[in-house]
Amino acid sequence: MDRASVGIMAFLAVSAAAATAAYAQKDAAQEGIEAYREALQDGNPAELYEASGEELWKTPGGPKAASLERCDLGLGPGVVRGAYALLPRYFADTDRVQDLESRLLTCMQTLQGKDPKPYVEASFTAPPKEEMNALAAYISGQSRDAPIAATPRHPKEQAMYELGKRMFNYQGGPYDFSCATCHGQEGTRIRLQDLPYIPGAKGAAAGWGSWPAYRVSSGQMWSMQWRLNDCFRQQRFPEPVYTSDATIALSMYMAVNASGATMKTPGIKR
Amino acid sequence: MGSPMKIRASVKEGVTEIKVLMGHEMETGQRKDANGAVIPAWFINEVTAKLDGKTVMQAQWGPSISKNPYLAFKVKGGKAGDKVSVTWVDNKGDTRTDEATVT
Repeated sequence: MDRASVGIMAFLAVSAAAATAAYAQKDAAQEGIEAYREALQDGNPAELYEASGEELWKTPGGPKAASLERCDLGLGPGVVRGAYALLPRYFADTDRVQDLESRLLTCMQTLQGKDPKPYVEASFTAPPKEEMNALAAYISGQSRDAPIAATPRHPKEQAMYELGKRMFNYQGGPYDFSCATCHGQEGTRIRLQDLPYIPGAKGAAAGWGSWPAYRVSSGQMWSMQWRLNDCFRQQRFPEPVYTSDATIALSMYMAVNASGATMKTPGIKR
Repeated sequence: MGSPMKIRASVKEGVTEIKVLMGHEMETGQRKDANGAVIPAWFINEVTAKLDGKTVMQAQWGPSISKNPYLAFKVKGGKAGDKVSVTWVDNKGDTRTDEATVT
């Protein structure tokens, strides 16, 4: 074997070793993140928001001095257990496909006599949205471990799924970003954050099934509506209207793709 | 009045483990708001835990503890059915007590 061959082989061996070390490093980092989340899950502060949300659900309020306990989230008035895992879905009384937050606003309006406008317009850290986030934490927590089963049967549900798919792939804004830019390929990552592949069942489950979630870095409980709002912000898109069809369509797309998996709500994030 | 705590207590082989999740802002007094004004300090400074009426833990806390504190500790003794109560007092004089049953 000549000198050049020996040199090349040595280089390849070193490269292979370096690659192996890099790969091992990535695995170790990911394991560290998962271990951190597992440890925090034991005392997930989301439970505090679930407790607040439950109080809000049961406490009479609004001009009609009624509680939300008669609210029909899809399984009959007042049924909370497992309801979130079936949303978004079509509701005959509003003739609309609704997600949790839009459905809560409907019930606040009809049962309690509240005007939904202040809730739609408030910033996510203002008291009206804090109420919504707490309610979302409670309702979604009641679906923990339930199978995700958002199945588009009604024509409006099917139309909403298709709209969600189109929106997911719609490129626009100053960077020509779409949802698919980050969540449209397998195996991508931003810094240490793995990016779920939303068109696939596994990625959609990771994305849809873990929100609402408590964000450790900011000490806030985020609903899916808040998360979607932040996606629009990162894409430099105009801010979506809270509980608009645009946001519900994206939720429908994710929920249907995730069907069959198990809800892990409320989650815990970085 | 504060928001409700989540308390979990379970006994195993004569040792009771108590886990408490408290909802509190735990503001350090060093942060500033959007206008540059210092946000006043606001944090829990006393925590007391009782097992069947007997004090088993007392803590003096300061602003270094972060938001929504999680506290876990073990005590010898205790049995299923005992009552655990936890009380916190913050530097503004607000206080909260919650109870749970050992399982």
